[in-house]
Amino acid sequence: MYAQMIASQASDEDPKRLAAFQKRIDAGEKIEPKDWMPSEYRKTLIRQIGQHAHSEIVGQLPEGNWITRAPTLERKAILLAKVQDEAGHGLYLYCAAETLGISRDQLTEMLLDGRMKYSSIFNYPTLTWADIGAIGWLVDGAAIMNQVPLQRTSFGPYARAMIRICKEESFHQRQGFDIMMKMCNGSKEQKTMAQNALDRFWYPSLMMFGPSDSDSIHSEQSMAWKIKMNSNDELRQKFVDQTVPQANLLRLTVPDPNLKWKDKRKGYDFTMPDWDEFLAVINGNGPCNADRLSARKKAWTEGQWVRDGLQAHAKKNANIMIAAE
Amino acid sequence: MDYQSAYFEFLCRLGDNALILGHRISEWCGHGPTLEEDIALANIALDLIGEATVWLELAAGVENKRRTANDLAMLRDAWEFRNVLLVEQPNGDFGQTIMRQYLFDAWHVLVLTALAESRELPVAAAAAKIKKEAQYHLLRSRNTVIGLGDGTPESHRRMQAALDWSYPYVGELFERDEIDHTVEQKGVVNQSANLWDHYYEEISSTLQRATLQIPAAPHSHSGGKNGQQHSEHLGHILTQLQWLQRAYPGAQW
Amino acid sequence: MTTTTARKPDETVEPQQGKVGAPLFEVFIRSQNGLNHRHVGSLQAPDAKTALLNARDVYTRRNEGASIWVVESSKITASSPSEKGPLYDPSTSKIYRHPTFYCIPDDAGAI
Repeated sequence: MYAQMIASQASDEDPKRLAAFQKRIDAGEKIEPKDWMPSEYRKTLIRQIGQHAHSEIVGQLPEGNWITRAPTLERKAILLAKVQDEAGHGLYLYCAAETLGISRDQLTEMLLDGRMKYSSIFNYPTLTWADIGAIGWLVDGAAIMNQVPLQRTSFGPYARAMIRICKEESFHQRQGFDIMMKMCNGSKEQKTMAQNALDRFWYPSLMMFGPSDSDSIHSEQSMAWKIKMNSNDELRQKFVDQTVPQANLLRLTVPDPNLKWKDKRKGYDFTMPDWDEFLAVINGNGPCNADRLSARKKAWTEGQWVRDGLQAHAKKNANIMIAAE
Repeated sequence: MDYQSAYFEFLCRLGDNALILGHRISEWCGHGPTLEEDIALANIALDLIGEATVWLELAAGVENKRRTANDLAMLRDAWEFRNVLLVEQPNGDFGQTIMRQYLFDAWHVLVLTALAESRELPVAAAAAKIKKEAQYHLLRSRNTVIGLGDGTPESHRRMQAALDWSYPYVGELFERDEIDHTVEQKGVVNQSANLWDHYYEEISSTLQRATLQIPAAPHSHSGGKNGQQHSEHLGHILTQLQWLQRAYPGAQW
Repeated sequence: MTTTTARKPDETVEPQQGKVGAPLFEVFIRSQNGLNHRHVGSLQAPDAKTALLNARDVYTRRNEGASIWVVESSKITASSPSEKGPLYDPSTSKIYRHPTFYCIPDDAGAI
């Protein structure tokens, strides 16, 4: 998902304290920043919230790529508002991480020097306007599926950020589907564009849920701590079952010859994405990894003088006020 | 010039300024120096695109040739655009962007204040709403110009460079021609005779607090507002802004 | 398509002191007159004045606000979880402070 491949391991701390902590979580209590927490819980959360935040920020880029080319004034405003929301979501999440004792600047530097990751999906290019529709429909659809349960996650600031994010995101997927509908009811070229977008974004969207449960990195501890709420395969299946009928409605073809409805288990059989490709993308070799990181580095480096300047001015003013007192 | 044509042009000027500046500011989305600034810039761009839609819709109505706001935005070519040169200039660094914004906002608020009293009621209503947006933009850009001008030596140097660069484009904001006279006679706008004095008062006090020097700049570029000669930058903006409408004529999006 | 089991989890990230950017501010918003200001989140700003502007842009994009308070996070004095017992437990036994403690016959009417 927006936080893929987060491993968690059990803590080696005082078993009594750990048991009491687990009991609180099992009872549905929220953990707040100043409460005692196992160091492994803190570390896993920082990784997960940080990766989620980075994904929102890098996620601005593929869609931002089309803001200046949106086809109508209204579409332009909608897309701009949506990409702006993503900056807001990144901000809420960085603030949630900050309550765990790590600053936004530290997290940003770890993103830029490659110590931290962001979702694989944002390393794919947006080539046509239909990609903006496909991203809203598929990528936001997948994200929402993961984020809705996270509103119940055990760490208070993370849960509150997710509640705000889910509330704001409710229009994102709908605007994407709306773009797809317009194109699928449009000219021949528009339909071709829409099918082409689905062809390219289908498997990368399935990858968003992370590797199969059987191959997945250790996440039992995360599940017990209610940092991760559902298994990868569970959510992926739910996504396919929800999305295929929508593709049919659009009269688009899901690019999977093995796609088949199974009455018995009330779900689709489908082909898994290419996990070698997934790992290549996660490890920096996707089609847009270099572009995305260099865009973020540029924004950060070129923004340094602005951040420094405004802070220097604030300090001068504070000194003047103190002198006047 | 007949009133209808003058009124149409006048509305296009308002709409095109907002459209082209909104386009420029939207280029920042995802690339701002902080997340807070990124979000704030996107809000400004959203306001401007909304404003462009309002003015161009009014213009299309006045023209009465079955064109829509989108047609005007997406299907006119460079010579038909009526925005001032200032707003089509490239973003440059953040300092140049925010200086251009400030110099525009300070003017925009004054113009909208006058327009809010327009005898054309749709113009008065639109201006009253847009004025609030512009006032906020000014509050914000003024705060940032002061902060960066009076920040570090580097931020000061960059802001002075931004001012030196932008200032020759300020004069065009105050040019008046036959179109202005025609709409003024009909009470579309009753522009105060000392618009420049009010403007200069605003910018000189802000730039002084920002520890910046207003350039002597006897020269002033023009040709955007009257459409006689835009800069080369406009053409490149249009290749993006209009790409889909030009490549797929008549398609619905 | 193939499946492999090779995997590389995200690098370990330790909480750390050190590099900090602009100060953090907590944001409180009154959504309409008559209601309390409510904590909605936080943000960074070089000073309080800019924090107010940033709060307007970040936290009132959907018409959520009628009034904003910002306060630098470091200026907040908070109770500590270790004092939770002494601070809050004593009040749990004072059930007579709650109206439901008293049994009043229905015939008594509004009381």
